[in-house]
Amino acid sequence: MRGIFLVARRDFAAYVNTYWGWGILALALVIDGILFNVQGLGRSPKFSAEVLQQFFYLTGGLTLIVSVPVTMRLFAEERQTGTMVLLETSPLSDRQLVLGKYLSGMAFVTAFAVFTSYLPAFIFVNGKVGTAEIAVGYLGILLMGSAGVAIGTWASAVSRNQIFAAVLGAVGITFFVVCWMLAGKVDAPFKAVISYLSFFEQQFQPFQQGRLNTEGVVFFLSVTFGFLLMATQSLCARRWR
Amino acid sequence: MIVVEGLTHYYGDRKAVEGLSFKISRNEIVGFLGLNGAGKSTTLKVLAGLLIPSSGTVSIEGVDLVSAGDSFRSRIGYLPEDPPLYKEMTVSEFVRFCGQLKGMATAAVNARLPQVLEICQLTHMKDRVINELSHGYRKRVGIAQAIIHKPALVILDEPISGLDPRQIVEMRQVIRNLGKDTTVLISSHILGEISETCDRLLVLHGGTIAAEGKEEELVHRSQARGTRITLTLRGNAAALTTALAKVPAVMKHDVHEEAPGILRVHVSLQGDDREALVAALVAGGLGIRRMVEDETELEQVFLGLTTPTASA
Repeated sequence: MRGIFLVARRDFAAYVNTYWGWGILALALVIDGILFNVQGLGRSPKFSAEVLQQFFYLTGGLTLIVSVPVTMRLFAEERQTGTMVLLETSPLSDRQLVLGKYLSGMAFVTAFAVFTSYLPAFIFVNGKVGTAEIAVGYLGILLMGSAGVAIGTWASAVSRNQIFAAVLGAVGITFFVVCWMLAGKVDAPFKAVISYLSFFEQQFQPFQQGRLNTEGVVFFLSVTFGFLLMATQSLCARRWR
Repeated sequence: MIVVEGLTHYYGDRKAVEGLSFKISRNEIVGFLGLNGAGKSTTLKVLAGLLIPSSGTVSIEGVDLVSAGDSFRSRIGYLPEDPPLYKEMTVSEFVRFCGQLKGMATAAVNARLPQVLEICQLTHMKDRVINELSHGYRKRVGIAQAIIHKPALVILDEPISGLDPRQIVEMRQVIRNLGKDTTVLISSHILGEISETCDRLLVLHGGTIAAEGKEEELVHRSQARGTRITLTLRGNAAALTTALAKVPAVMKHDVHEEAPGILRVHVSLQGDDREALVAALVAGGLGIRRMVEDETELEQVFLGLTTPTASA
């Protein structure tokens, strides 16, 4: 466990000690604020629950977008700068390396989620929403963010450079986002399967509405586990080249 | 004790190393020589735990690379040709991080750090950000990260490449300091530097060990394979060619006309039958004005050991 946290701490420090990390965070927060004003609040009167749902929808999307630039550097940058050899010659297992990298990405995504909390706090003070709804919404954001970070971690683990990692990660995440569109184009039984994979329309929606959905919890954790497992196998395979 | 037995590695269908076997004793400084493509980098990567061999075994103090990879890697310190550094960190922060990464407790790292900085002559640089350091100092930081956890084997890949003459002298001293309490394997193309710092040399060629031993032993072995002689003769080139053709031991020769009627000749002999050479030259009507055996430089030894003989 100590090795996992050591890797996670160094990577997280690399985010916060550079303009890169703060730049992504600031940009994402500005966009979140603008979208909340334009889309969430809008010009027409709305119930506060609707505004909250809109906030979680927008912030959930931004969390997935943020996970791409955050994770693209995890392994690919180490390869580009030659520091991967430090990790590969350490006694840490490939599983520990992947978990450490994933946790650093999750720490960043969690920090982003925490910084957005002033917006639901604003709704809470001025409207009628419960803390449970807000907590469940944030749980959904973290779970979906976890899946996004895991996809990005895998993309970075299999890529030689950061650009390729970003493109691969973005394609992977986009696939899960647009699954509901694909589901409309295919027949049963594939329709049900593809529809089930949809991040927003199928799995995140209950969280967005303040309903704790155990199926969604299992789904996002499964996607996270699956992609982290693939990332681990990818690192392991490199030793057997 | 480091034991490599029957090490073979393939990249796809391409064989990089075949049946490599050698042993390195505790606290030995061993030089690893090889031309490009000899399988040197592959062997170092296997020893560093970066690659799993296609077949064969590698063990350090009885710990096997394949069956106990994590434990094996904790016994290795590795410095690639380009030092792997987190350049935003200070020297102390980086070396401390590497110690912890290798499994050391924080207290143990803090206790060991001053000693490592001293060995690598980095004490006065400990609070400097790595990005601000020169290439020579970065190499030393690379060595510091490789030895912080007191590994059984330190692997240094081209540790003196890119250093200026003063830095080379200092690095040589750093490597000698390392050899006092750990085993060191150094790879380098600068053969003179290898001989300066190493107790023993391993010459890799075509994926196998072409020769191994102390520098003097390799020189002797190289000489046993042939002798190179420089002659100054009075006569003409045609007579020289005819005379040399009568000496079976002559492998090759180069002729330059120094002055009218005066030839400067480099002759490579298989073995050391220089009496037959002299007899043939005299019989051919050539006047021998000077005859000198070329001094065997380590580079020549290396080339001699890795180049097939005429009869091979």
